[in-house]
Amino acid sequence: MRDALHEIVEEFADTPKELRLPLLLDFANALPALPERLEDDRDSMEPVEECQAPLFLAVEVQPDEVRLFFDAPPEAPTSRGFASVLHQGLDGATPEEVLATPNDFYLSMGLDELVTPLRMRGMAGMLARVKRRVAEGMPAAS
Amino acid sequence: MPVEFDQDPKIQAYAHPERLVTTEWLAAHLDDPGLVVAESDEDVLLYDTGHIPGAVKIDWHADLNDPLTRDYVDADAFAALMSAKGIAPDTTIVFYGDQNNWWAAYALWVTSLFGHADVRLLDGGRKKWMDEGRPMTTEVPSPAPAGYPVTERDDSVIRAYREQVLAHIGNGKLVDVRSPGEYSGELLHMADYPQEGALRGGHIPTAANVPWRRAANEDDGTFLPADQLAAIYQDEIGLGTGDDVIAYCRIGERSSHTWFVLTHLLGFDNVRNYDGSWVEWGNAVRVPIEK
Repeated sequence: MRDALHEIVEEFADTPKELRLPLLLDFANALPALPERLEDDRDSMEPVEECQAPLFLAVEVQPDEVRLFFDAPPEAPTSRGFASVLHQGLDGATPEEVLATPNDFYLSMGLDELVTPLRMRGMAGMLARVKRRVAEGMPAAS
Repeated sequence: MPVEFDQDPKIQAYAHPERLVTTEWLAAHLDDPGLVVAESDEDVLLYDTGHIPGAVKIDWHADLNDPLTRDYVDADAFAALMSAKGIAPDTTIVFYGDQNNWWAAYALWVTSLFGHADVRLLDGGRKKWMDEGRPMTTEVPSPAPAGYPVTERDDSVIRAYREQVLAHIGNGKLVDVRSPGEYSGELLHMADYPQEGALRGGHIPTAANVPWRRAANEDDGTFLPADQLAAIYQDEIGLGTGDDVIAYCRIGERSSHTWFVLTHLLGFDNVRNYDGSWVEWGNAVRVPIEK
Protein backbone atom coordinates (compact mmCIF):
# COMPACT_ATOMS: atom_id res chain seq x y z
CA MET A 1 0.00 0.00 0.00
CA ARG A 2 1.24 3.51 -0.82
CA ASP A 3 2.79 5.19 2.23
CA ALA A 4 0.42 8.16 2.24
CA LEU A 5 -2.63 5.89 2.32
CA HIS A 6 -1.07 3.53 4.82
CA GLU A 7 -0.42 6.44 7.18
CA ILE A 8 -4.07 7.50 7.00
CA VAL A 9 -5.25 3.96 7.75
CA GLU A 10 -2.91 3.84 10.75
CA GLU A 11 -4.03 7.26 11.91
CA PHE A 12 -7.64 6.07 12.04
CA ALA A 13 -6.73 2.78 13.68
CA ASP A 14 -4.65 4.56 16.36
CA THR A 15 -7.36 7.13 17.10
CA PRO A 16 -9.71 6.31 20.00
CA LYS A 17 -13.06 5.08 18.73
CA GLU A 18 -14.99 8.16 19.86
CA LEU A 19 -12.65 10.43 17.91
CA ARG A 20 -12.73 8.51 14.63
CA LEU A 21 -15.87 10.18 13.30
CA PRO A 22 -14.54 13.68 14.07
CA LEU A 23 -11.38 12.64 12.23
CA LEU A 24 -13.44 11.52 9.25
CA LEU A 25 -15.21 14.87 9.37
CA ASP A 26 -11.82 16.62 9.22
CA PHE A 27 -11.13 14.66 6.07
CA ALA A 28 -14.57 15.56 4.67
CA ASN A 29 -13.86 19.24 5.24
CA ALA A 30 -10.46 18.93 3.59
CA LEU A 31 -11.78 17.53 0.30
CA PRO A 32 -10.61 20.06 -2.29
CA ALA A 33 -13.12 21.75 -4.58
CA LEU A 34 -13.14 20.68 -8.21
CA PRO A 35 -10.81 22.51 -10.55
CA GLU A 36 -12.63 24.84 -12.90
CA ARG A 37 -12.25 22.60 -15.95
CA LEU A 38 -14.24 19.86 -14.18
CA GLU A 39 -16.61 22.28 -12.48
CA ASP A 40 -17.69 23.26 -16.00
CA ASP A 41 -17.81 19.67 -17.24
CA ARG A 42 -19.47 17.66 -14.50
CA ASP A 43 -21.19 15.41 -17.03
CA SER A 44 -17.80 13.89 -17.78
CA MET A 45 -17.48 12.62 -14.18
CA GLU A 46 -18.43 9.09 -13.20
CA PRO A 47 -21.18 8.55 -10.62
CA VAL A 48 -20.28 6.10 -7.84
CA GLU A 49 -23.44 4.08 -7.39
CA GLU A 50 -22.13 2.18 -4.39
CA CYS A 51 -22.33 5.37 -2.32
CA GLN A 52 -25.58 6.16 -0.61
CA ALA A 53 -25.28 9.83 -1.46
CA PRO A 54 -24.40 11.40 -4.79
CA LEU A 55 -20.68 11.16 -5.42
CA PHE A 56 -18.81 11.71 -8.66
CA LEU A 57 -15.22 11.06 -9.52
CA ALA A 58 -12.79 11.79 -12.30
CA VAL A 59 -9.40 10.17 -12.85
CA GLU A 60 -6.59 11.58 -14.99
CA VAL A 61 -3.89 9.06 -15.79
CA GLN A 62 -0.37 10.09 -16.82
CA PRO A 63 2.42 7.53 -17.27
CA ASP A 64 3.94 8.45 -13.90
CA GLU A 65 1.08 10.09 -12.04
CA VAL A 66 -2.62 9.61 -11.33
CA ARG A 67 -4.74 12.64 -10.44
CA LEU A 68 -8.02 12.08 -8.59
CA PHE A 69 -11.01 14.41 -8.37
CA PHE A 70 -14.12 13.88 -6.28
CA ASP A 71 -17.34 15.80 -5.94
CA ALA A 72 -20.01 15.29 -3.26
CA PRO A 73 -22.45 17.75 -1.68
CA PRO A 74 -22.01 19.11 1.86
CA GLU A 75 -25.07 17.14 3.02
CA ALA A 76 -23.13 13.92 2.33
CA PRO A 77 -20.17 14.32 4.70
CA THR A 78 -19.49 10.60 5.04
CA SER A 79 -19.08 10.20 1.29
CA ARG A 80 -16.92 13.32 1.25
CA GLY A 81 -14.81 11.88 4.05
CA PHE A 82 -14.24 8.59 2.21
CA ALA A 83 -13.41 10.47 -0.99
CA SER A 84 -10.97 12.66 0.89
CA VAL A 85 -9.19 9.62 2.36
CA LEU A 86 -8.66 8.28 -1.14
CA HIS A 87 -7.66 11.69 -2.41
CA GLN A 88 -5.05 12.29 0.26
CA GLY A 89 -3.86 8.71 0.07
CA LEU A 90 -3.64 8.21 -3.68
CA ASP A 91 -3.66 11.52 -5.54
CA GLY A 92 -0.29 11.86 -7.28
CA ALA A 93 0.52 8.16 -6.97
CA THR A 94 1.85 6.20 -9.89
CA PRO A 95 -0.63 4.01 -11.79
CA GLU A 96 1.14 0.94 -10.40
CA GLU A 97 0.72 2.19 -6.82
CA VAL A 98 -2.99 2.78 -7.34
CA LEU A 99 -3.48 -0.67 -8.82
CA ALA A 100 -1.55 -2.27 -5.95
CA THR A 101 -3.92 -0.82 -3.33
CA PRO A 102 -5.67 -3.70 -1.55
CA ASN A 103 -9.40 -3.60 -2.29
CA ASP A 104 -10.19 -3.99 1.40
CA PHE A 105 -7.60 -1.51 2.71
CA TYR A 106 -10.28 0.40 4.66
CA LEU A 107 -11.19 -2.58 6.86
CA SER A 108 -8.27 -1.77 9.15
CA MET A 109 -9.43 1.78 9.82
CA GLY A 110 -11.72 0.75 12.68
CA LEU A 111 -14.76 2.45 11.21
CA ASP A 112 -16.93 -0.63 10.97
CA GLU A 113 -18.53 -0.16 14.38
CA LEU A 114 -19.41 3.42 13.53
CA VAL A 115 -20.43 3.22 9.91
CA THR A 116 -22.75 0.59 8.43
CA PRO A 117 -21.27 -2.09 6.18
CA LEU A 118 -23.41 -0.73 3.38
CA ARG A 119 -21.75 2.66 3.65
CA MET A 120 -18.29 1.15 3.95
CA ARG A 121 -18.99 -0.49 0.61
CA GLY A 122 -19.08 3.02 -0.84
CA MET A 123 -15.36 3.22 -0.18
CA ALA A 124 -14.81 -0.07 -2.01
CA GLY A 125 -16.92 1.21 -4.88
CA MET A 126 -14.84 4.36 -5.20
CA LEU A 127 -11.55 2.48 -5.16
CA ALA A 128 -12.78 -0.11 -7.67
CA ARG A 129 -13.82 2.63 -10.08
CA VAL A 130 -10.55 4.50 -9.66
CA LYS A 131 -8.58 1.32 -10.33
CA ARG A 132 -10.62 0.47 -13.39
CA ARG A 133 -10.06 3.96 -14.82
CA VAL A 134 -6.35 3.69 -14.14
CA ALA A 135 -6.13 0.26 -15.77
CA GLU A 136 -7.96 1.58 -18.83
CA GLY A 137 -5.75 4.66 -18.97
CA MET A 138 -2.46 2.81 -18.89
CA PRO A 139 -0.62 2.22 -22.13
CA ALA A 140 -1.16 -1.34 -23.34
CA ALA A 141 1.71 -3.66 -22.56
CA SER A 142 3.79 -4.21 -25.64
CA MET B 1 -46.63 18.01 32.16
CA PRO B 2 -46.02 17.46 28.44
CA VAL B 3 -44.74 20.35 26.41
CA GLU B 4 -47.74 22.03 24.75
CA PHE B 5 -48.86 20.78 21.35
CA ASP B 6 -48.54 22.58 18.04
CA GLN B 7 -51.86 24.28 17.18
CA ASP B 8 -50.97 24.76 13.50
CA PRO B 9 -54.16 24.06 11.46
CA LYS B 10 -52.46 21.64 9.05
CA ILE B 11 -51.16 19.62 11.98
CA GLN B 12 -54.45 19.77 13.82
CA ALA B 13 -56.14 18.08 10.84
CA TYR B 14 -54.17 14.83 11.46
CA ALA B 15 -55.61 12.06 13.61
CA HIS B 16 -52.91 12.52 16.26
CA PRO B 17 -51.72 16.11 15.99
CA GLU B 18 -49.66 15.67 19.13
CA ARG B 19 -47.14 13.65 17.08
CA LEU B 20 -45.95 16.38 14.71
CA VAL B 21 -44.54 19.89 15.11
CA THR B 22 -43.75 22.64 12.63
CA THR B 23 -40.38 24.34 12.36
CA GLU B 24 -42.01 27.54 13.67
CA TRP B 25 -43.24 25.69 16.74
CA LEU B 26 -39.84 24.14 17.40
CA ALA B 27 -38.03 27.46 17.00
CA ALA B 28 -40.34 28.93 19.66
CA HIS B 29 -40.01 25.96 22.06
CA LEU B 30 -36.31 25.06 21.78
CA ASP B 31 -35.62 26.13 25.34
CA ASP B 32 -38.69 24.57 26.92
CA PRO B 33 -37.85 22.42 29.92
CA GLY B 34 -38.81 18.80 29.36
CA LEU B 35 -38.06 18.94 25.62
CA VAL B 36 -35.15 17.17 23.94
CA VAL B 37 -34.52 17.51 20.22
CA ALA B 38 -32.84 14.46 18.66
CA GLU B 39 -31.29 14.27 15.20
CA SER B 40 -31.21 10.90 13.40
CA ASP B 41 -29.67 10.84 9.95
CA GLU B 42 -28.80 8.47 7.22
CA ASP B 43 -25.38 10.09 7.04
CA VAL B 44 -23.55 9.36 10.26
CA LEU B 45 -21.46 12.55 10.04
CA LEU B 46 -24.20 15.00 9.17
CA TYR B 47 -25.06 15.96 12.75
CA ASP B 48 -21.42 16.83 13.36
CA THR B 49 -21.40 19.29 10.46
CA GLY B 50 -24.10 21.31 12.23
CA HIS B 51 -27.44 20.67 13.93
CA ILE B 52 -30.33 22.45 15.62
CA PRO B 53 -29.02 24.20 18.76
CA GLY B 54 -29.26 21.89 21.75
CA ALA B 55 -30.09 18.81 19.67
CA VAL B 56 -28.53 15.47 20.61
CA LYS B 57 -27.53 12.82 18.07
CA ILE B 58 -29.12 9.38 18.05
CA ASP B 59 -27.50 7.13 15.47
CA TRP B 60 -29.67 4.32 14.14
CA HIS B 61 -26.71 2.03 13.53
CA ALA B 62 -24.42 2.68 16.50
CA ASP B 63 -27.07 3.54 19.12
CA LEU B 64 -30.25 1.65 18.27
CA ASN B 65 -29.07 -1.59 16.69
CA ASP B 66 -27.56 -4.41 18.68
CA PRO B 67 -23.94 -4.80 17.59
CA LEU B 68 -24.15 -8.60 17.47
CA THR B 69 -27.65 -9.89 16.81
CA ARG B 70 -29.75 -8.45 14.02
CA ASP B 71 -32.11 -6.81 16.49
CA TYR B 72 -32.56 -3.60 18.41
CA VAL B 73 -30.67 -2.83 21.58
CA ASP B 74 -31.93 -4.38 24.77
CA ALA B 75 -33.66 -2.62 27.63
CA ASP B 76 -30.46 -1.85 29.54
CA ALA B 77 -28.72 -0.33 26.54
CA PHE B 78 -31.78 1.71 25.63
CA ALA B 79 -32.11 3.09 29.16
CA ALA B 80 -28.42 3.98 29.18
CA LEU B 81 -28.77 5.72 25.80
CA MET B 82 -31.79 7.77 26.86
CA SER B 83 -30.18 8.71 30.13
CA ALA B 84 -26.98 9.82 28.42
CA LYS B 85 -28.96 12.02 26.04
CA GLY B 86 -30.70 13.74 28.96
CA ILE B 87 -34.02 12.04 28.24
CA ALA B 88 -36.30 11.01 31.12
CA PRO B 89 -39.50 8.96 30.71
CA ASP B 90 -41.64 12.12 30.75
CA THR B 91 -39.43 14.02 28.29
CA THR B 92 -40.94 15.20 25.02
CA ILE B 93 -38.62 14.01 22.24
CA VAL B 94 -38.77 15.79 18.89
CA PHE B 95 -36.97 13.75 16.23
CA TYR B 96 -35.75 15.23 12.98
CA GLY B 97 -33.26 14.22 10.31
CA ASP B 98 -32.18 14.13 6.69
CA GLN B 99 -33.96 12.48 3.76
CA ASN B 100 -37.53 13.54 4.63
CA ASN B 101 -37.15 12.28 8.20
CA TRP B 102 -36.56 8.76 6.94
CA TRP B 103 -34.21 7.79 9.81
CA ALA B 104 -35.89 10.12 12.29
CA ALA B 105 -39.11 8.14 11.82
CA TYR B 106 -37.12 4.94 12.33
CA ALA B 107 -35.63 6.24 15.59
CA LEU B 108 -39.09 7.34 16.70
CA TRP B 109 -40.47 3.88 15.96
CA VAL B 110 -37.69 2.12 17.90
CA THR B 111 -38.20 4.53 20.79
CA SER B 112 -41.89 3.63 20.69
CA LEU B 113 -41.02 -0.07 21.06
CA PHE B 114 -39.72 0.83 24.49
CA GLY B 115 -42.95 2.64 25.31
CA HIS B 116 -41.59 6.18 25.45
CA ALA B 117 -44.80 8.21 25.60
CA ASP B 118 -44.22 11.61 24.04
CA VAL B 119 -42.39 11.30 20.72
CA ARG B 120 -42.89 13.76 17.87
CA LEU B 121 -41.45 14.44 14.43
CA LEU B 122 -40.38 17.80 13.06
CA ASP B 123 -42.42 18.28 9.86
CA GLY B 124 -40.00 18.75 6.97
CA GLY B 125 -37.01 17.66 9.03
CA ARG B 126 -33.50 18.99 8.76
CA LYS B 127 -33.83 20.30 5.22
CA LYS B 128 -36.82 22.55 5.93
CA TRP B 129 -35.19 23.94 9.06
CA MET B 130 -32.04 24.80 7.08
CA ASP B 131 -33.89 26.09 4.02
CA GLU B 132 -35.67 28.55 6.28
CA GLY B 133 -32.30 29.84 7.46
CA ARG B 134 -32.91 28.81 11.06
CA PRO B 135 -29.95 28.54 13.42
CA MET B 136 -27.54 25.61 13.32
CA THR B 137 -24.56 24.92 15.52
CA THR B 138 -21.68 22.48 15.80
CA GLU B 139 -21.71 22.75 19.58
CA VAL B 140 -22.52 19.33 21.03
CA PRO B 141 -24.60 19.51 24.23
CA SER B 142 -23.50 17.60 27.33
CA PRO B 143 -26.79 16.89 29.08
CA ALA B 144 -26.84 15.77 32.69
CA PRO B 145 -27.68 12.04 32.83
CA ALA B 146 -31.44 11.78 33.22
CA GLY B 147 -31.78 8.45 35.01
CA TYR B 148 -33.98 6.54 32.57
CA PRO B 149 -35.49 3.40 34.11
CA VAL B 150 -34.99 0.05 32.41
CA THR B 151 -38.21 -0.59 30.48
CA GLU B 152 -38.68 -3.82 28.55
CA ARG B 153 -39.10 -3.55 24.82
CA ASP B 154 -42.58 -4.60 23.69
CA ASP B 155 -42.35 -6.13 20.22
CA SER B 156 -45.93 -7.37 20.18
CA VAL B 157 -47.84 -4.26 19.14
CA ILE B 158 -45.99 -2.32 16.44
CA ARG B 159 -43.38 -4.83 15.25
CA ALA B 160 -43.94 -7.88 13.04
CA TYR B 161 -41.74 -10.94 12.59
CA ARG B 162 -41.41 -13.13 9.52
CA GLU B 163 -43.66 -15.90 10.87
CA GLN B 164 -46.37 -13.34 11.58
CA VAL B 165 -46.06 -11.90 8.11
CA LEU B 166 -46.37 -15.37 6.62
CA ALA B 167 -49.58 -15.96 8.59
CA HIS B 168 -50.80 -12.50 7.61
CA ILE B 169 -50.87 -13.23 3.85
CA GLY B 170 -54.53 -13.47 2.89
CA ASN B 171 -55.67 -12.46 6.36
CA GLY B 172 -54.55 -8.85 6.66
CA LYS B 173 -53.26 -5.96 4.61
CA LEU B 174 -49.65 -5.62 3.51
CA VAL B 175 -48.01 -2.45 2.24
CA ASP B 176 -44.71 -2.60 0.40
CA VAL B 177 -43.23 0.91 0.62
CA ARG B 178 -40.24 0.32 -1.67
CA SER B 179 -39.86 1.76 -5.16
CA PRO B 180 -41.91 0.26 -8.01
CA GLY B 181 -38.76 -1.36 -9.45
CA GLU B 182 -38.01 -3.16 -6.18
CA TYR B 183 -41.65 -4.18 -5.81
CA SER B 184 -41.81 -5.64 -9.31
CA GLY B 185 -38.56 -7.51 -8.79
CA GLU B 186 -36.68 -5.72 -11.57
CA LEU B 187 -34.35 -4.31 -8.95
CA LEU B 188 -32.93 -6.12 -5.97
CA HIS B 189 -32.23 -2.82 -4.25
CA MET B 190 -33.04 0.86 -4.50
CA ALA B 191 -31.96 2.67 -7.64
CA ASP B 192 -28.59 4.37 -7.06
CA TYR B 193 -28.08 2.41 -3.84
CA PRO B 194 -25.80 -0.56 -3.40
CA GLN B 195 -27.00 -4.12 -3.52
CA GLU B 196 -27.72 -5.30 -0.02
CA GLY B 197 -27.75 -8.98 -0.65
CA ALA B 198 -31.27 -10.21 -1.39
CA LEU B 199 -31.18 -13.39 -3.45
CA ARG B 200 -34.68 -13.04 -4.83
CA GLY B 201 -36.60 -10.04 -6.15
CA GLY B 202 -40.31 -9.32 -6.01
CA HIS B 203 -42.75 -8.69 -3.18
CA ILE B 204 -44.72 -10.49 -0.51
CA PRO B 205 -47.97 -11.82 -2.05
CA THR B 206 -51.01 -9.54 -1.66
CA ALA B 207 -48.88 -6.49 -0.75
CA ALA B 208 -49.92 -3.17 -2.26
CA ASN B 209 -47.13 -0.85 -3.37
CA VAL B 210 -47.04 2.72 -2.09
CA PRO B 211 -43.49 4.11 -2.14
CA TRP B 212 -42.89 5.79 1.23
CA ARG B 213 -41.83 9.08 -0.31
CA ARG B 214 -45.31 9.70 -1.69
CA ALA B 215 -46.38 10.73 1.82
CA ALA B 216 -44.14 13.79 1.66
CA ASN B 217 -44.23 16.97 -0.40
CA GLU B 218 -41.42 16.90 -2.92
CA ASP B 219 -40.39 20.50 -2.41
CA ASP B 220 -40.03 20.89 1.34
CA GLY B 221 -40.27 17.31 2.64
CA THR B 222 -43.26 18.04 4.88
CA PHE B 223 -46.02 15.44 5.12
CA LEU B 224 -48.93 15.79 2.73
CA PRO B 225 -52.07 17.22 4.33
CA ALA B 226 -54.40 14.71 5.98
CA ASP B 227 -56.91 14.58 3.12
CA GLN B 228 -54.21 13.85 0.53
CA LEU B 229 -52.75 11.08 2.68
CA ALA B 230 -56.22 9.56 3.06
CA ALA B 231 -56.64 9.70 -0.73
CA ILE B 232 -53.52 7.58 -1.16
CA TYR B 233 -53.79 5.02 1.61
CA GLN B 234 -57.55 4.77 2.06
CA ASP B 235 -59.06 5.56 -1.36
CA GLU B 236 -56.31 4.36 -3.67
CA ILE B 237 -55.25 1.09 -2.01
CA GLY B 238 -58.33 0.62 0.13
CA LEU B 239 -56.91 0.46 3.62
CA GLY B 240 -59.27 1.12 6.53
CA THR B 241 -58.24 2.64 9.86
CA GLY B 242 -59.37 -0.52 11.64
CA ASP B 243 -57.47 -2.91 9.34
CA ASP B 244 -54.66 -5.12 10.53
CA VAL B 245 -51.76 -3.68 8.48
CA ILE B 246 -48.11 -4.66 8.13
CA ALA B 247 -45.68 -2.37 6.31
CA TYR B 248 -42.25 -3.40 5.07
CA CYS B 249 -39.39 -2.18 2.91
CA ARG B 250 -35.77 -3.33 2.76
CA ILE B 251 -34.57 -3.26 6.38
CA GLY B 252 -37.55 -1.57 8.03
CA GLU B 253 -36.49 2.07 7.93
CA ARG B 254 -38.59 3.38 5.05
CA SER B 255 -41.56 1.42 6.42
CA SER B 256 -41.15 3.15 9.82
CA HIS B 257 -41.96 6.33 7.94
CA THR B 258 -45.14 4.78 6.51
CA TRP B 259 -45.96 3.29 9.92
CA PHE B 260 -45.81 6.83 11.33
CA VAL B 261 -48.11 8.15 8.60
CA LEU B 262 -50.70 5.41 9.03
CA THR B 263 -50.61 5.30 12.83
CA HIS B 264 -50.16 8.88 13.88
CA LEU B 265 -51.29 10.99 10.94
CA LEU B 266 -54.22 8.87 9.72
CA GLY B 267 -55.13 7.24 13.04
CA PHE B 268 -54.90 3.56 12.09
CA ASP B 269 -55.22 1.39 15.20
CA ASN B 270 -53.24 -1.64 14.21
CA VAL B 271 -50.14 -1.10 12.07
CA ARG B 272 -46.96 -3.08 12.49
CA ASN B 273 -43.57 -2.60 10.88
CA TYR B 274 -41.85 -5.74 9.57
CA ASP B 275 -38.24 -4.68 10.11
CA GLY B 276 -36.83 -7.93 8.72
CA SER B 277 -38.30 -6.69 5.44
CA TRP B 278 -36.92 -7.66 2.05
CA VAL B 279 -33.38 -8.35 3.21
CA GLU B 280 -34.88 -11.17 5.28
CA TRP B 281 -37.79 -12.20 3.02
CA GLY B 282 -35.79 -12.15 -0.22
CA ASN B 283 -33.26 -14.53 1.35
CA ALA B 284 -35.59 -16.79 3.32
CA VAL B 285 -36.05 -20.35 2.10
CA ARG B 286 -39.56 -21.38 0.97
CA VAL B 287 -41.46 -18.19 1.65
CA PRO B 288 -43.85 -17.19 -1.15
CA ILE B 289 -42.86 -14.38 -3.50
CA GLU B 290 -44.86 -12.61 -6.17
CA LYS B 291 -43.50 -10.64 -9.10
